[in-house]
This record gives sequence, C-alpha cells and structure tokens, in this order.
Amino acid sequence: MFGRLLSPIRGTTGFARWILVAGLVLTGVFLVFAIFAPWIAPYDFNQYQAHGARFPKMAPPSGNHWLGTNDQFFDILSRIIWGARTEVKVVLISVAFSVVIGAPLGLVSGFVGGWWDRVMVFLMDAIYAFPSLLLAIVFSFLLQGPLGGGTLAAALSLTVIYIPQYFRVVRNTTVSAREATYVEAARAIGARNGTIMTRYVFGNVIGSVPVIGTLNAADAISTLAALGFLGLGIQPTVASEWGYDLSRALDDAAAGIWWTALFPGLAIVLLVTGLTLVGEGLNETINPALRKRKLIRAVLPAGGPLTEDEQEVTA
Amino acid sequence: MPTKPDTTLPLGPDSGRAPGSGPDTVLDLDGLEVHYELSSGVLSRLLGVGTRTVKAVDGIDLHLRRGEVLGVVGESGSGKTTLGRALLGLAPTTGGRITYHDLERGPRRVSSMRGAELRHLRTDVQMVFQDPHAALNPSMTIETAVGHPLKIHGIARGAELRRRVAAALERVGLAPAEQFMEKFPADLSGGQKQRAVIARAIILDPRVLVADEPVSMLDMSVRAKILQLMLDLKRDLDLTYVYITHDLATAKFFCDRVAIMYLGRVVEIGPTEEIFANPRHPYTKALLQAIPEPDPERSVPRDLPRGEIPDAARPPMGCSFHPRCPVAVENCGWESRDLRVLLEQHWTRVDPATYEEEKALVGDLDHLDEPALEGRLGNGAGAEQVGGILERIRQENPEDPFWRGVADLAAEDDGLHVRFGPGEDPPLRPAGGVEVACVLYPAGTSGEAESVAEGSGGGVPPNSGQ
Repeated sequence: MFGRLLSPIRGTTGFARWILVAGLVLTGVFLVFAIFAPWIAPYDFNQYQAHGARFPKMAPPSGNHWLGTNDQFFDILSRIIWGARTEVKVVLISVAFSVVIGAPLGLVSGFVGGWWDRVMVFLMDAIYAFPSLLLAIVFSFLLQGPLGGGTLAAALSLTVIYIPQYFRVVRNTTVSAREATYVEAARAIGARNGTIMTRYVFGNVIGSVPVIGTLNAADAISTLAALGFLGLGIQPTVASEWGYDLSRALDDAAAGIWWTALFPGLAIVLLVTGLTLVGEGLNETINPALRKRKLIRAVLPAGGPLTEDEQEVTA
Repeated sequence: MPTKPDTTLPLGPDSGRAPGSGPDTVLDLDGLEVHYELSSGVLSRLLGVGTRTVKAVDGIDLHLRRGEVLGVVGESGSGKTTLGRALLGLAPTTGGRITYHDLERGPRRVSSMRGAELRHLRTDVQMVFQDPHAALNPSMTIETAVGHPLKIHGIARGAELRRRVAAALERVGLAPAEQFMEKFPADLSGGQKQRAVIARAIILDPRVLVADEPVSMLDMSVRAKILQLMLDLKRDLDLTYVYITHDLATAKFFCDRVAIMYLGRVVEIGPTEEIFANPRHPYTKALLQAIPEPDPERSVPRDLPRGEIPDAARPPMGCSFHPRCPVAVENCGWESRDLRVLLEQHWTRVDPATYEEEKALVGDLDHLDEPALEGRLGNGAGAEQVGGILERIRQENPEDPFWRGVADLAAEDDGLHVRFGPGEDPPLRPAGGVEVACVLYPAGTSGEAESVAEGSGGGVPPNSGQ
C-alpha cells in the first residue's frame, strides 16, 4: 500500500521532479531543525546569558553568535531553530485537525446530499468568504481565553480557516464519485451507506488532500507569522516564533541593524517556499491532467538496435 | 444474515435445487412504474411547481421464469436499464409491484423492501454492469473487490474468503487466480475486468443475474467469449438471466424470450425465434431491419424509424411510437404536436422565401406543444391559404401516415382547425405466439395484422423482417 502511494513520485520526471526534490530538501532542513532543536541550537530560545555572562544586546553576527543577538539579548540562530519547531508543531496540528474534520464532513455532505449538504456548503462558504487572517485573529482572541496563548490555541485558530478548503474539495469529488458505476455496484452487492462511503468513495476522493495539505501548510506558516507579528499568536514566553521576532526587529532596520529582521524573515520565506514547492510538485505528480509519466524504453534481447539503459521519455 | 443452506460450495452445480420443484416464475412485475421528478429551474424547485415527470418505466407486466434468459431490447432512453435497476431495488418503484419468489422464504415484495431486507435480496439477485472500466472500484484490488460481497454479508472471512475468491476468479476464466488477485482494475483489460465483475456477481451464488449490456463496451473479439462464459455459468449455477441490450444480434444468440421496450413500455414480448422470424410490432420490425447484414444485395437504404425517441417527460398521446411509425392508422393517437413536426419537416425542404411566406401565414406554433386532439393554425384571415399549404404538403407525400389521423380540416374565424380522431393506447395483447401492444393487433386476432393496415399502409408489410 505504501509502495503504491509512493509510486507516482517515483514515476515523475523532469520539472515536476525537480520542484518536488527542491521543496522536499528545503522542508527537510527545517524538519531536522524542528526535531533536533535541543541538540542543534546552541542556546535555549529564551536564554540571555551563558556561564554567568549576559549576551551582548543586538550584537552583529560573530563566532559566539553566528546570526547575532536581538534587543532581548536572545541568540538569533537559536531563536530560528527553536522557531522551526514551533512552526512545524502548529502546522502539523492545524493541518491534521482540518483534514480530520473537513474531509469526513465533505464526504458525508457530498454523499448524503439534500438539505444537510446545502446547509453545510452555505456554512463553509460563509467561513471561506472571510479574509483568512481576519478569521484567524478573531479565533485566536476567542481561543486565548480557554486555551492560553500557546501553540494549541494558535494551531486551532488556523484550523478553522482551512476546514472549508478540505470540505469543498472532498465534497465536490464525492458528489461526482457518488454517481460512479462502482458505487452503484457496491449498492448492488448489498453494501451499507457507511461501507460505501469508507470503502468505495473515500479512497477515490482523498487523492487531492495531500496537495491541499502542503499548500495549506505553507499558508499556515505565513498566517502564523502574521498573527505573531500582530502580537496575537504564540506568546513570546511560551515558544519562539518568527513573526514575533520580526515585529520586534521592525525599528532596528532603520538603525542599520539588519540581522535581527533578515534571518527570521528569511526563515519564513524559505519554509513557505519549500512547502509550496512540495505542494506544486505533488500536484503535478498526482493530478492526471498535469502528470507526465516516465516511460521505460524496452531493452530488446541481444542484437537489437536499442541497447541503452532506462531512458527517460516524456509521453 | 445468510439463510442459504449450501454456503460452503457456492460455485458447484447446485444439487439442492431440483428443477421444477418451486414455482416456475422467479420474478413477477405487475404494472411496474418508475417515474422520476424533474425540476426545471430554481424558482420551480423552490416553489415545487412546474415539475415534470419522466416516466422511465411506465407500467410493465413481466413474469421471469426460472432458468430462462429474458432479453430486454430497446433504444437508448427506452427505460431498459431503469427496469434492470428496479429489479434489484436500485431504482425507486413509484407504482406497481415486483415480487421475488424466494425458494426458501416464499414470495417477497421487492418494491416495498427497505434496508436489511433489500440488502439480503442482493444475495439472490445480482447485476453485471455495462461499463467494466467503471464498475470496479479503482482503489481496490481484485481480491478485495470480488470478495467484498461475502464480507458484507458476513458469509466468509480470512483463508475461507480467499479460497472462495480464487474459486470464483477461476470459474470466470481468470486463471491462475493468484496472478489476478493482487492486481488493481487499471492493470486488467476490458474483458478481464468484465470477468472480474461477473465473478463478483456470482460469488454470492445468486438465482437471478441482471446483465445490463454486459458486452457492449467490449471488443468484438471478446464479446462472444464473455457471452459463452455467461451461458456456461447459467448452466452450471442454475441462473436466470435478464439480458438488457440494444443489440438484437446478441439477443438472438443469447435469449430464450425477448421483450422489446419503447419509451418505458413493453411493446412486444415473445419467444426469440418467433420475434425474429415473425415480428409484429412496427417498432420491432424497424429494429430488426436496423441489424446490419453482410450482404451487398441488401445495402439499399433501410426503412428505419423516422426521428428520435421522444421526450419521456412528454410522451406522445396514444401509442408512443405513432409519430415514427410507417404503418400508423387513424386511431394511433395523432395530436397537435404531430402537426408541428409535419410543418417543420416541410419547411426544411422548401426555399427560404417560401418558408418566410408560409411562416407568416401559419403564425406561431408554440401553442401546438400542448398535447391536444385539435390544432389551430393561422389567425383567421389566412385560414384558406393555410389550408392550401397543408394540401400541398399532402400532395408531396399522400402516403404519410399523418393524414390517416386527420379527421377534419375546418376554416373558422380564428384560423384553420385541424382535428384528429380519438387515439387508443394499446395494451399488450396476445397475437399468435407473442404479445404485442399495437392497434393493428386488437384482442382476439390470430396474430396477423388487420387487413386495413395492409391495405392503407404504404410502409412495411408484416412478415418482411426475416
């Protein structure tokens, strides 16, 4: 089953493969940062002294602090590495929640149809029509009360804005899959609606979810940074967050202190780019309208004119 | 839950079923109707007005005998697929009854089954679909797909399930089964997929198999093999087939009895030999003439039915086939819409100037779309000229069956009134060895068309279709 999932990636060729590989490498670097932050980062994210000595304030990059320090005496490299962990946590939680909530809702709504479907579509469209940042701000306000200003509250406020996307994609593919002959055939062999949905429809409508997932992940990074920039995201005492660092660095740039803003900004740009490339690469790979398959030229038995090894030919 | 006695050996010849031990019919259809509501626009959908009803199946009486192959033949849109789906309870019955005669549990009413009962019916009545490329779930292996019915009904699991799937696959000619079990539908050819679909249908050891154009999507070279497989399965598994097709050539080869459907009704039903040797309904004759024959002497244009199959939401009055029928007579149900078709057909043959001139005289035709026994043309002043136009059309083709239906042409103050004689909607009546729904074969005839049809009909004489 896993091999079958990977087979479209192995089958890619040319541009799509380069996009995918570049994206995977960029994302992979930040994933490594996130997973191994305690071992990679030289200091803690809120550490302002070591061996009894305070760090210098807004020191330029140097041997002790590779990317310099900021106005709170924090080491910027450590903030970025720990920040990667925050971002990945928030993205994973928000994407997982929106898939787990949005996809089944779309599946049931598209399959059942009727009034339930209309009400759900109306509701989701209403959410979708809001500017996503505005919605995220409202929900982070609402959630900060019960959940505090931590990672979970930020992740859930992002979840709300992504649920409609999964709902719409899954619902629309379900509506067309519902009319497929194999669904009728499932009914003809006596399957219940629940069985039809889980065994016959689900597997055929879930294909586009990974693509939206990675594209949403990229979007979630920038929205989270925007929340942090506005001071509404994760509180600085709880975890390191790039958007917050960027907002603190706002005044420094005018004073010629470039490193406090450049590096968190660069981190955001690189991770967003990486995830977008993965999404686009997956899209080109999975979407049959864009896909180009690798053809393997047959090698004739000895004496034949074609003796090259596998050759990539686009069909 | 399974109630069948022999669930362990489903694929061998069923020794427990002695021939002729039960009632000799397996499915009874009494006045079956499947009507669908059409809603035309947003407003009518909101207000619930202006909805139209498509009569996909409109009053069918059929008795499927145990062990026979019944062919259901008709054009696209004749309702034959809906009929097949209704037999499994897949299409909602809006009128009439379907009764399934279960050997163990006696007669069951399919048309009022719900939920578990309906699902249980599908262990006995199964279906083979037209498009094998679409009938298998693309994300399921052949093993899972073919074995899923057993799993759904809780009949087998684990090694037993696997063994029975292998047996079913080999039974339909997908051997060695191990080679196919792990494959996905996309890895198989069309013929192999259809074999897998058949394997899935027979794995529950059904009594009745509804085959909806099972070979029409396959290559010619594969068709005969699949049909032969189905005949073998019928013999070995004691099956009864409902074979739905538009292809009379395979029906002739495959069926014991044939029912010809037109616009939701059965217009002729009888033994295959009799239907093919001596077709009675004009539609059957037309269908038989449409079979291509590899004979250069017969390459002359055939007398095919005119036009297309009518809109099932607004079927013609009287006999549904009368607008296309070459031998229609006065009581076939002629009506105002036929008048519009006549004029518009005429205008396709004249030059534009004549058309403009005549169109101005005749005026708007839209009011003719409301089915009525009377049609008004023109607006009074030009009634005489309109009469002249009709007379000219009549001179062009005096043999057109339309004129047999016109009872009276009267020029009145508000235009020319064309009145038609009252029509008859003929039911299925015995005629010779078959039953036929045609006014030419009234009750009590021996099966030969009445002399009036032979005398006045310029079209196809009876018995010409062989």
